[in-house]
Amino acid sequence: MSVASTATAAKPAPEANNVKGWSRQQMAQRLADDIPEGWYVNLGIGIPLLVGNAIPDDREVVLQSENGILGMGPLQTKDNLDTWIVNAGKQNVTLKTGASIVSHSDSFAMIRGGHLDLCVLGSFEVAQNGDFANWTTSLKSVPAVGGAMDLAVGAKRIWLIMEHTSKDGKPRLLEQCTMPLTAPSVVKRVYTNLAVVDISERGFELVEMNPEITFEALQARTGGKLHRPS
Amino acid sequence: MAINKIVQNLADAMAGIKDGSTVLVGGFGAVGQPNQLIDALTEQGATDLTIVANNAGTGRAGLAGLMAAGRVRKIICSFPRSAGSVVFEELQAAGKLELELVAQGTLAERMRAAGAGVPAFYTATAYGTYIGEGKEVREFKGRKYILEEAIKADVALIEAWQADRWGNLRYRTSGRNFNPVMATAADLTICQTQHVVELGELGPDDVHTPGVYVDRVVHIPYGDPPPAQP
Repeated sequence: MSVASTATAAKPAPEANNVKGWSRQQMAQRLADDIPEGWYVNLGIGIPLLVGNAIPDDREVVLQSENGILGMGPLQTKDNLDTWIVNAGKQNVTLKTGASIVSHSDSFAMIRGGHLDLCVLGSFEVAQNGDFANWTTSLKSVPAVGGAMDLAVGAKRIWLIMEHTSKDGKPRLLEQCTMPLTAPSVVKRVYTNLAVVDISERGFELVEMNPEITFEALQARTGGKLHRPS
Repeated sequence: MAINKIVQNLADAMAGIKDGSTVLVGGFGAVGQPNQLIDALTEQGATDLTIVANNAGTGRAGLAGLMAAGRVRKIICSFPRSAGSVVFEELQAAGKLELELVAQGTLAERMRAAGAGVPAFYTATAYGTYIGEGKEVREFKGRKYILEEAIKADVALIEAWQADRWGNLRYRTSGRNFNPVMATAADLTICQTQHVVELGELGPDDVHTPGVYVDRVVHIPYGDPPPAQP
């Protein structure tokens, strides 16, 4: 009996329900620690934005915002308010020394042309073949897509940062996505509250586990076979 | 006679826009959006319009006002639903507005292509997704792409920070967004500008959009730095 086939249907073990794992802040810090100096990085809306604050000031990582900012800084405060500078989430942000501004067409040429080292996105679901679904839960109502599909195929690497399970405990790392895809076969790595997981040709590869959880409990919360590091 | 693209009022700026036109509308959220031109278009009365913009308007003024007045048959955009997109949602629910949902980078590139005389192009964005369904697929060097057609428009409504009588334009920070690419993709490009400057005041290296792309300029100052408008 394969672990994967039972995992999708199995309810999480009772002890696993109590495991909250890393906070969003800790997840963002864990991811930020893996971004080397010199990378050009786009951060999606939501949990990914926390990654920006988790990068130490003395490490030069250049943040891109798809509406045309390269060298984005933290959110503005009342002291430096300039409502004409916005990020992709339409928040007022600062520009770092060395920043530049381009048009939407140049910004997306930068994205689609493979010039960004990394894009960090949130997601509803990710599959063991690297498919992911983060733009809409359903096509019944009219969805908005924005730049998600461009980033998904354009950046050199896609890392996701997301809760390991849904609010009602269902796995979000799956054998196959159930929601409309953002892009097929692009995700390289997933950071969750319970684990760091790489996606290779054979599927989910466990990189690191939260110390509060056992491998078996983690597998029970994962809808696809987890391969232990060999 | 010397070139002078500056028109004296909004009615002159809107002269000749016909029913059934495809109209590009610049702006990203509230920034760099030609609000007074949009209101003037509502006033001018052209109807059965196809609007191309990143968003589908918020509140009941501006683009939402044009839509609420029943002038828009179809909207082509990447992010139709956002906080406050009430008019869009009402018209959609009533079946009175056609929507073409386009990934944001593809939206920009479809206009860039039109401006550069390219009728269509292949992109990896949206391949294997709902948005890519039914589109021609072709493989290059082992990767799959979909065919997307250029968007050539009748009219572009854009916003600039500075303009001279030749129609040379310069934008300010995030106000740039879709404005430069839209300027290139329409038969009639109309610009509202915060500042009118003397010819030569914008140096050759400072011109973001050369005057060849611009037909009419109207001076609409509203603050320096401007408040972001709804």
